[in-house]
Amino acid sequence: MSKFSEKKEYLLNNATYKLLPFKFDRLNSQKYVLTNLSGEFTVIENHELEKIVNQKLSPEDSIYSHLRSRHFIYEPADKAAIQLLALKARTKLSRLANFTNLHIFVVTLRCDHSCPYCQVSRQSEDKAAFDMTKNMADRGLDLVFRSPSPALKIEFQGGEPLLNFELVKYIVLEAKKRNEKLNRDLAFVIATTLSLLTDEILEFCKVHNIFLSSSLDGTEELHNINRPRAGKNSHQRFVEGLSKARLALGFDSVSALMTTTEQSLPQVKSIIDEYLRLGFTGIFLRPLSPYGFAIKTKKYRAYNTERWLDFYKEGLAYIIELNKSGIRFTEQYTSLILTKMLTSNDPGFVDLMNPAGIGIAAVVINYDGGVYASDESRMLAEMGDDSFRIGHIEYNTYEEIMLSDKLLDALENSFTLSVPMCSDCAFEPYCGAEPVYHHAVYGDAVARKPESEFCKRNMAIFKHLIELMHSDAEAKQIFLGWANRC
Amino acid sequence: MLKLGGKVIEIQSPGAPNSSLYSISTNKELPRILRATKAFLVSDAEIPEGFKHYIVLDHLKNLINNLPSNAEYTLLSEDYSYISNDDVIRISKEKSAIRVLYRANSPNNGILITEQCNHYCLMCSQPPKAIDDSWLLAETSALIPMIPRYTREICFTGGEPTLFGERFLDILRLTKSYLPETGIHILSNGRSFKSEAFTKSYASIEHPDMMIGIPLYSDDPAQHDYIVQAKGAFDETILGILNLKKLNQKVEVRVVLHKQSIGRLKELCEFIGRNLLFVDHVALMGLEMTGFTRANLNELWIDPYAYKDVLSDSVQILARYGMNVSVYNHQLCLVNADVLPYYKKSISDWKNEFIEDCNSCKRLSECGGLFSSGVQNGYSKNITPFC
Repeated sequence: MSKFSEKKEYLLNNATYKLLPFKFDRLNSQKYVLTNLSGEFTVIENHELEKIVNQKLSPEDSIYSHLRSRHFIYEPADKAAIQLLALKARTKLSRLANFTNLHIFVVTLRCDHSCPYCQVSRQSEDKAAFDMTKNMADRGLDLVFRSPSPALKIEFQGGEPLLNFELVKYIVLEAKKRNEKLNRDLAFVIATTLSLLTDEILEFCKVHNIFLSSSLDGTEELHNINRPRAGKNSHQRFVEGLSKARLALGFDSVSALMTTTEQSLPQVKSIIDEYLRLGFTGIFLRPLSPYGFAIKTKKYRAYNTERWLDFYKEGLAYIIELNKSGIRFTEQYTSLILTKMLTSNDPGFVDLMNPAGIGIAAVVINYDGGVYASDESRMLAEMGDDSFRIGHIEYNTYEEIMLSDKLLDALENSFTLSVPMCSDCAFEPYCGAEPVYHHAVYGDAVARKPESEFCKRNMAIFKHLIELMHSDAEAKQIFLGWANRC
Repeated sequence: MLKLGGKVIEIQSPGAPNSSLYSISTNKELPRILRATKAFLVSDAEIPEGFKHYIVLDHLKNLINNLPSNAEYTLLSEDYSYISNDDVIRISKEKSAIRVLYRANSPNNGILITEQCNHYCLMCSQPPKAIDDSWLLAETSALIPMIPRYTREICFTGGEPTLFGERFLDILRLTKSYLPETGIHILSNGRSFKSEAFTKSYASIEHPDMMIGIPLYSDDPAQHDYIVQAKGAFDETILGILNLKKLNQKVEVRVVLHKQSIGRLKELCEFIGRNLLFVDHVALMGLEMTGFTRANLNELWIDPYAYKDVLSDSVQILARYGMNVSVYNHQLCLVNADVLPYYKKSISDWKNEFIEDCNSCKRLSECGGLFSSGVQNGYSKNITPFC
């Protein structure tokens, strides 16, 4: 007799496995996808689901090993599985303990562009009406440094923040002065079209390690249609500003975002090519948001979710082909979702957070001193709805702002683990609460999910990504790289 | 293969105890006060007085006449001609045997703590014995102070060293005290660290450069348990890793590749990326053709050539998770090019060889070669010299 025991001696007998918390949904007509609370997913055949749930799997079934190692089921003696699952769940939520990181200062609403999809900007010379004051900036910094977060990011938005660069300078210097004693990990970003960059501004950005976040919608023709300014040269100014800024600040210190308009829809490849041509290593394919002028000018309704999804999928397919041919290039929204799907980390992207990111991940100090729960919240206010205006920087205390009913109610009501249809959705681990969007479009922070375009769009993306990974091993390897870059 | 132990030709040491450890010296100018505990390695007719013991190689046996009067000595075969200054040896009088315990010129000094183990791995290269071998601990306590301080790293191995509990930790404390600049690598199955108290005690040593290499052979607990022939081992090993990392101890995960572990290797790497991202190093290791491996060859052997794509994918998965990954014990001609950034020449010098076909290979110097046991007992038929 051999002194070694056979495999079957190590399989469960005289007992049955137990289920760990998981959710499921149809992936397509033949398959289900299961997800657990740490975001692990597995794809199974339709007929396997009942067997799993009714504890009828045999330890010899190949899927048994997989479900056990991925923490969907466990055996009575397994202690490590529970600990690992708890550890991963804690890791996913660990960001919450830090509280607000991103603080947006809207230093002016004035802008040299008049983009029809823009939510807020004004063509105006009236500085008094649309610029933030120094006193507001001081009180804004009080708010920033009340956050317990060890890392603080101050982002300047507009309008075009460079039109009130004196205040940007003031806030940067003042924040750094206060930080000498407080020692936070402090970072600065200016959201700018780059059209008004000067050597003096770049020098200041260089000295203070300020990043620039800009906008690029595609080819020169498309970009200039989407982003009109006097002189019709937005694209040219962007390209000139980009190369100057990269030279001064470092290649990776300038990023760009794109917005999808009706004109963009047929040309996703040429949009991506434009990003490639300009040396970017990724693109964020972004649908129009239903706020501000986008609604007024009817841009938002110019295409539906299905049309945008086709655009996204075509773009993603092209980007995957690029990667297969050896060019490293990512789709950034996909990367954020993949981090949730393939790792135990959470990228902390405000639109895809639960509890929602409003207030507790990001907060906005508007040009007029209003404090808003998110960037979208202040855009909503420009449409006359101040539901997410959670205080005023000069008249309310930190406690009044952060404990305002407006904020807490929205956070609580939209919590996806309790919201009808979210709480039992298989894709909940990848999704987010987004109370502001749902309020803006459907009138309440929760809305009926079957009617939600946010839900429809994201569910389609989640399913698409899982199917891609299931059917294309090379794509899965590429995605693993994207998932871990965040 | 270097012969690290065996019979000697002759021992003359009437006054010495049955078993003695000696530090070797080749220094004729060694201060007399330091000679009393050392063995002098004879190289020519000029032989200094006052050493505790003298080592003479067979080809110099005529020099025995030149030894100081009444000198104790051991005559060794030419197998031991590699012995050099600062090495430490054990001379066993009754058995008429020598064992080289430490080699100053080698980067791979392993110290066997015990042959007992609570695993019975299908591919164990050092088959466990259920015996009381705590004399090995006592010997290690004597050995550590004899090892030179400049030693870069030593490895404690078994069996399962932690089966001695606190007594093993005492060895680590002793090592930190005598060899503060020497890194320590420990090979353990990690199960003892499921005890928080034991892990705390281990962490309290506060060694600045100490890592535990812990084997994990599958993401499927049943398969891991089968490979190590111990029910519940996977669970305890994982709990051990978690306890160690909770206390910021360095942990390496070691995966030996064979037919039983290749099947879910990619899944294992994904498991590591999702669950054990905080381990410090992952080593994917070729199989050593010795010990139990030979008894279980049918269950274990798979040509590395046949799994090279699985190896590539697995390495890429770990690399994409940002993990520190190495591929050990593989021949260069049996891995894909994408593995090269992670490829290490890892086989310990004393058991590292090449086969004849390798002589014509243009990349011999980059290659980690084979285990001596592989050369003897079987290796891939797909080894092909680069030309």
